[in-house]
Amino acid sequence: MKFTEQQELIRKLAREFAEKELTGEILDEVEETGVFPKEILEKMGKAGFFGIKIPRNLGGAGADTVSYVAVMEEIARVSAVASLYVSSPNSLSGGPLLLAGTEEQLEKYLRPVVTGEKILAFGLTEPGAGSDAGGMTTTAVEDGDYYVLNGRKTFITMAPLADFAVIYAKTAPERGSRGITAFIVDMKAEGVSCGKPEHKMGLVGCATSDIILENVRVHKSDMLGELNKGFTNAMKTLDVGRIGVAAQSIGVAQAALDEAIKYAKERKQFGRRIADFQAISFMIADMATKLQAAKHLVYDAARLKDENKPASKEASMAKYFAAETCNEICAKALQIHGGYGFIKDYKIERLYRDCRVFTIYEGTSQVQQMVIAGQLLKK
Amino acid sequence: MAVRVIKDKCKGCTKCTKNCPFEAISMDGKLAVIGDNCTGCGACIEACPFGAIEKVEEEKKGVDISAYSGVWVFAEQRDGKIMPVVLELLGEGKKLAKEVGCELCAVLLGDGVEALAKELFAYGADKVYLADDKELATYRTDAYTKVIYQAIEEYKPEIVLLGATHIGRDLGPCLAVNCGTGLTADCTKLEIDPDDKKIKQTRPAFGGNLMATIVCPNHRPQMSTVRPGVMQKAEKDESKTGEIVKLNVQFAEGDIRTKVLEVVKTAGEMVSLTDAEIIVAGGMGLGNAEGFELLKKLADKLGGTIAASRAAVDAGWIEHSYQVGQTGTTVKPKIYFACGISGAIQHLAGMQNSDYIVAINKNDSAPIFEVADYGIVGDLYQVIPAILEELEK
Amino acid sequence: MKIIVCVKQVPDTNEVKIDPVKGTLIREGVPSILNPDDANALEAALKIKDENPGTTVSVISMGPPQANIMLRECLGMGADDAYLLSDRAFGGADTCATSTTIAAGIRKIGEYDIVFAGRQAIDGDTAQVGPQVAQRLGIPVVSYVQDVKLGDGKVTVQRQLEDGYEVIEVQTPCLLTCVKELNEPRYMSIYHIMDTAKKEIPAWNHVDVNLDPANCGLNASPTQVFRSFTPEPKGKGEMLSGSVSEMAAQLVSRFNEKHLI
Repeated sequence: MKFTEQQELIRKLAREFAEKELTGEILDEVEETGVFPKEILEKMGKAGFFGIKIPRNLGGAGADTVSYVAVMEEIARVSAVASLYVSSPNSLSGGPLLLAGTEEQLEKYLRPVVTGEKILAFGLTEPGAGSDAGGMTTTAVEDGDYYVLNGRKTFITMAPLADFAVIYAKTAPERGSRGITAFIVDMKAEGVSCGKPEHKMGLVGCATSDIILENVRVHKSDMLGELNKGFTNAMKTLDVGRIGVAAQSIGVAQAALDEAIKYAKERKQFGRRIADFQAISFMIADMATKLQAAKHLVYDAARLKDENKPASKEASMAKYFAAETCNEICAKALQIHGGYGFIKDYKIERLYRDCRVFTIYEGTSQVQQMVIAGQLLKK
Repeated sequence: MAVRVIKDKCKGCTKCTKNCPFEAISMDGKLAVIGDNCTGCGACIEACPFGAIEKVEEEKKGVDISAYSGVWVFAEQRDGKIMPVVLELLGEGKKLAKEVGCELCAVLLGDGVEALAKELFAYGADKVYLADDKELATYRTDAYTKVIYQAIEEYKPEIVLLGATHIGRDLGPCLAVNCGTGLTADCTKLEIDPDDKKIKQTRPAFGGNLMATIVCPNHRPQMSTVRPGVMQKAEKDESKTGEIVKLNVQFAEGDIRTKVLEVVKTAGEMVSLTDAEIIVAGGMGLGNAEGFELLKKLADKLGGTIAASRAAVDAGWIEHSYQVGQTGTTVKPKIYFACGISGAIQHLAGMQNSDYIVAINKNDSAPIFEVADYGIVGDLYQVIPAILEELEK
Repeated sequence: MKIIVCVKQVPDTNEVKIDPVKGTLIREGVPSILNPDDANALEAALKIKDENPGTTVSVISMGPPQANIMLRECLGMGADDAYLLSDRAFGGADTCATSTTIAAGIRKIGEYDIVFAGRQAIDGDTAQVGPQVAQRLGIPVVSYVQDVKLGDGKVTVQRQLEDGYEVIEVQTPCLLTCVKELNEPRYMSIYHIMDTAKKEIPAWNHVDVNLDPANCGLNASPTQVFRSFTPEPKGKGEMLSGSVSEMAAQLVSRFNEKHLI
């Protein structure tokens, strides 16, 4: 895999930042309190992490998808939850705006997200509409110059911390997925509230909750994109977003592999390092090989995106393979740690919990399979 | 480049490429090729099993070196006290002067410091070149450089030694440029070549990973700054006397371009690490700043002092003045206790010449055990109290 | 204000190891980095730029073409320009010859108010080039700077001593060598990295800086390396064993045997 000088420098920056700022002490505290230090988020903003591939004229850093993947990989390697803060503005929050935002909307909503001043959440999923996003029941009814939104979104990343949210709602329920429109909603508007932050298995430190909409009035100027064209907006956003999850996966997998290798070389049983037993060494060989394959898939998809070529299938393959492989690698790494892997003092315990959601969010592995098959088996 | 490959002898084994600290050697088929990065360090010459790399001798214009004679020592003084390193320089300088067959002189600058000349004679100086002036009370680069440079021009010493203190490392380079000669920094060993009577200066480079022996064949004086705490101090003989030569001191307007507004000593006791006979040092293994209190107990019991690795200083557990290592102080105590210190080479560079090294560390594969005379694998918070208990008996 | 910063790309000597069997340096896999003290120097310059809009910060380095990536890193931190002094004629230089070349490069850049340099490089460890460049440029130098305050046509600095510091006032233009206690170097930012991606880094040879080959590189180095070698590994020591109190007893008895305490 060849990288340009700029991509190498950006990777170096992300790696140094992660190693210096995201210390064991700080990450343990985040896990304990569920709060991510604001100072670190500010530094990330200054370094340009929140708008890596967003054009300079919109306030972003003007780099590319490959650079974005590199940053995600290096940050996730040290802290998966930190990488979530990086991915959000670059993909799920930035995506809908870049695809369909007017100049005013970009100025008002994208720019402050890119600098880290404001947080924007992506509100698609509902209690009854996960993989079947088109089956959502949140409605938006026209009322003069406004739309009135009613409904409930669930599992929304950063909802309790967000200033705004892109909410997808049915403006023409009888048309199914072809009747969905995207709206930019002010989280402080009347009628908007958040549910209790979920008690999650992993990625602790980035609050996830429901968003409840009760007769929320949204001005027409805050409609994002065209009427009833919201579903495509969401799908296209997720298309790109999945490269971010793939990048998280290879980062966490690398961390798990490194921990496993370190432990295998230190731990002695039966008079030898456990690394000297084939059962363990072969496991590690397999883990490393699969990780390398995953890395190629991810960077390949990123490169296609940067060349403006169709990359939907490749991005899906990358997310599918990387997320599944990451889970496999974390599980094996934990196994290699034996009893110690089950103890919170060891890094692998958190890695194992954090990676579990990678095969689920931003399109489950099964949805990815649908996307890939769909591309290959088109009539 | 300063080295070249002898093509017939090169067998293409690539040992040199792997050894080069500057990645300056590449392979062209089975022949090694020296590239532009070459700094002439000579590591490849040592590494080649076939003697296929040699130094390139360059013809260089220099000065008439026969006109230069004498070993000079910069007698650095602060607040009217001669710095301890000067005594080491006089000790070493005497040996060099003897081998070359010339006199040993000290160069003393200050304000009202003439009385210090006696001390310098007692420690072996045959002559003291004295510059006494109120402008020289505190060290300033321009002032000291001008006076000493003029003295060197007039009296032409063959060798000039300075202590590698913060002052020496400032003054040395400025003098070297004015004299158009070479300066070797931080020397840990000085020898006179028996054949050509020129000085060979050995010093650590690469963070202490590489030792280099440097020569200054065609330029004079041959100058070195010498690392404090390494050379043997001279013996004191109160009966010795010598000659004082007063130096000309004259400054014009604009000669001295800096003003010293204030001198501040850091609060807390003076740590004389270089003089300590027993040192109890702590590193990351202490886990926190309070660990140093336990080390202090042991140090106090044995009449020694505490010290720290760079990591402990950077962690904010203790002040910089306690740091031992490549960028800290070099020490040579009778006993050096390395407690919770892993033994990275930058730390070893500062203490490996201790007479006895005792290492206490939980990790049995810590590199410190490779240099320790006595190694204890254990928790220092248990071992040190046990040692204290033994000492009570 | 115009500020020039002297920087050097060095192998990360903190990562270099010595092969215990062969006694040779293991350089493989050791990354090349911006010299740590130079990062402090650059940060000092960038801080001044932050507080004084209109200031330009130029970095200059003497090195092989590989040093370009380090110069790009400096641009990524916020430097405005970068220059590389690169020529076979510059090779094999000791600090005397290096300072001649760097001074020539600084003269070519033009006017300046302050030159910042790191105190020493972690490969050479001499701390000589900074003061020597100042001498050749004919400007005053203050080394071991741990604090900088700008004044009118002058700078007030704290000069670190072994046991404290001095407060020194020096006229500009001047050269200041920086120690790690001066500041915390900033990270690069992706903004700067991308903004300077297309910026050219001029590579100057001896002709560009008006130097006679006889006055640079090995030809102009009064000192030469006679030989290099890795330090002697010490002989094996004794690992004590037993319970904690047993080991403590053994240690103290060894000390007593040898009359150490």
